[in-house]
Amino acid sequence: MNNQPKTLFEKIWDRHLVAQEHDAPAVLYIDLQLVHEVTSPQAFNGLRERNLPVRRPDKTFATVDHGIPTLSPDPSSEAGRLAAADQLCLEQINKMQTNATDFGITYFGISSPKQGVVHVIGPELGLTQPGMTIVCGDSHTSTHGAFGALAFGIGTSEVEHVLATQCLLQNKPKTMEIRINGTLQPGVTAKDIILAIIQKIGVGGGTGHVIEYTGSAIRSLSMEERMTVCNMSIECGARAGMIAPDETTYDFIAGREYAPAGKAWHQAMSYWQQLPSDPGATYDRVITLDGGEIKPMVTFGTNPGMGMAVTGTIPSPDSLTETNQKLALEKSLAYMGLQPGQPLLGHPIDVVFVGSCTNGRISDLRLAARLMKGRKVAPGVIMLVVPGSQQVKKQAEAEGLDLIFTEAGAEWREAGCSMCIAMNGDQLAPGQYAVSTSNRNFEGRQGKGGRTFLASPLTAAASAIAGCVADARSLL
Amino acid sequence: MKQFTAISSKIVSLPINDIDTDQIIPARFLKGTDKHGLGEKLFADWRYTADGKPNPDFALNLPENLGAQILLAGDNFGCGSSREHAPWALVSFGFRAVISTSFADIFYNNALKNALLPVKVDDSTHKKLFQLRAGDPDVVVSINLEEQTLQLPDGTLVTFPVNAFSKKCLLNGMDELDYIFSFSDQIAQYEQKYVNTN
Repeated sequence: MNNQPKTLFEKIWDRHLVAQEHDAPAVLYIDLQLVHEVTSPQAFNGLRERNLPVRRPDKTFATVDHGIPTLSPDPSSEAGRLAAADQLCLEQINKMQTNATDFGITYFGISSPKQGVVHVIGPELGLTQPGMTIVCGDSHTSTHGAFGALAFGIGTSEVEHVLATQCLLQNKPKTMEIRINGTLQPGVTAKDIILAIIQKIGVGGGTGHVIEYTGSAIRSLSMEERMTVCNMSIECGARAGMIAPDETTYDFIAGREYAPAGKAWHQAMSYWQQLPSDPGATYDRVITLDGGEIKPMVTFGTNPGMGMAVTGTIPSPDSLTETNQKLALEKSLAYMGLQPGQPLLGHPIDVVFVGSCTNGRISDLRLAARLMKGRKVAPGVIMLVVPGSQQVKKQAEAEGLDLIFTEAGAEWREAGCSMCIAMNGDQLAPGQYAVSTSNRNFEGRQGKGGRTFLASPLTAAASAIAGCVADARSLL
Repeated sequence: MKQFTAISSKIVSLPINDIDTDQIIPARFLKGTDKHGLGEKLFADWRYTADGKPNPDFALNLPENLGAQILLAGDNFGCGSSREHAPWALVSFGFRAVISTSFADIFYNNALKNALLPVKVDDSTHKKLFQLRAGDPDVVVSINLEEQTLQLPDGTLVTFPVNAFSKKCLLNGMDELDYIFSFSDQIAQYEQKYVNTN
């Protein structure tokens, strides 16, 4: 019989297999699809062309986040909220609403109090649950793996497949355990953990694998911190990142709007509690890091693997042996306007962005606010604080965080993806430097010609105050 | 889906590792609601200067590359965002295949669904192709999907991997959605057993 010890991933995979033919990918059942305005219109067009319905509108939830404005003359009305929208983005937003209505999908539109970045609202509403398969046309869907779900980003053709059949064709990925034991030092956050991992294994180091994060340093993280770690799994190329559910997970979910309750809660718990990897289960690859050795991190280059301790110096292309890697680093440093051997501490900045599906949740805003309280954003620096959802915004305002930010001279915005993807007009000017809590420092990611240093909310806040890249530990 | 059987073509060379999908198609061009017009925006920030004119140094703008259907790129091509606009833009521009040592997972899947063949080669073949292209801009290579071979100008055949299912879909122009629909009964049974019981 089937007594082989299984990993968390294998248990979820096996449970969701609808069919598996020889020499063909698995037909995998999907429990939840999240939909947003940018990667879905062509999928709905496809359904219309074939005259197909959405098979399970009850398992499909839509919102708008990527292209919506975060500035608003009157946030209380839909018209006011959209007054500053980019014209093309507005067409996508309207299309999302039409598609949701036509296909009977629950839609958290711009004026819904449940609207927000898809990867923030899924967990917030209790839609994201352990043991689920979750997809979205967005690579940061790996965020939901923090709950012990198998969650990953898909392309628009696959969005259409799942809308039409609630199933997805998938070749079985390999597994990787990243074990982080030890205790984090003060001033080291979940963002620093994942930036340290990506720096260690590289932007392609996780390709073809689903990562399970284990170890005492991971176990001790809150749910929101776990989401930050899993969120950036894609930045090392991993198919997904996941963390086994535990009491922290169940406590977070209990009582949320779409979470099971009563008898259903107990049924769900009996499934969830079986999910953690069995003793003796093996992974295709195992990587270990000492949590106590991780420093606050910052990136200096044009991919998330080009990172270092915030106190470090930029490596030299001459230290690399492989020609293409050398070329890539040279090209990166030329774009960034930086020199090998240079420290980043003290490097002047123009913009600080706190937000995104990586670091736009309430605990991230609290971290940043803790440093900003009673201090000022340095002259000449623009700081944007963009809550990940309307609920996060409301909570932050209830705690007075908005006032801490605005009194410091930062801009307090409406919820959305904002400057993480720079589709909505929130963007860097060519040549500007930003410290950003988002997930990508690719060329032009935050605006054509813009230059990004990825870091934690603590480092971002400390840098806003200093007017240059700064080490938050001196302010703690 | 369009078929893919075999092509012979010149090569556009981009010897850069980790080319992400934000470079292939920057996010500000993702605001459409259909798939049209993306070829013009392919590699926009590398291809056009600040005033919108073609950057004469960028590979896609070199006259010698006109009509090339094969892109030769550095390791880990297509990392980052899941946007299917990346293969749409490559196909719309006229590319039929991309050669690299490795591809990001989501890009790889997206490419196959659009009859854009990702061809994985070993390091030495990869280096050799860059050298061949650097030595002769008119060098032509042939890709045969049925045989899973890449033929170099000297006649050398290099095999490349493709999963059997994707190969069948590409050779026959078969759509994956139809394949999933062939399991409609099993999907209904699965839902009966696991999904509709609450």
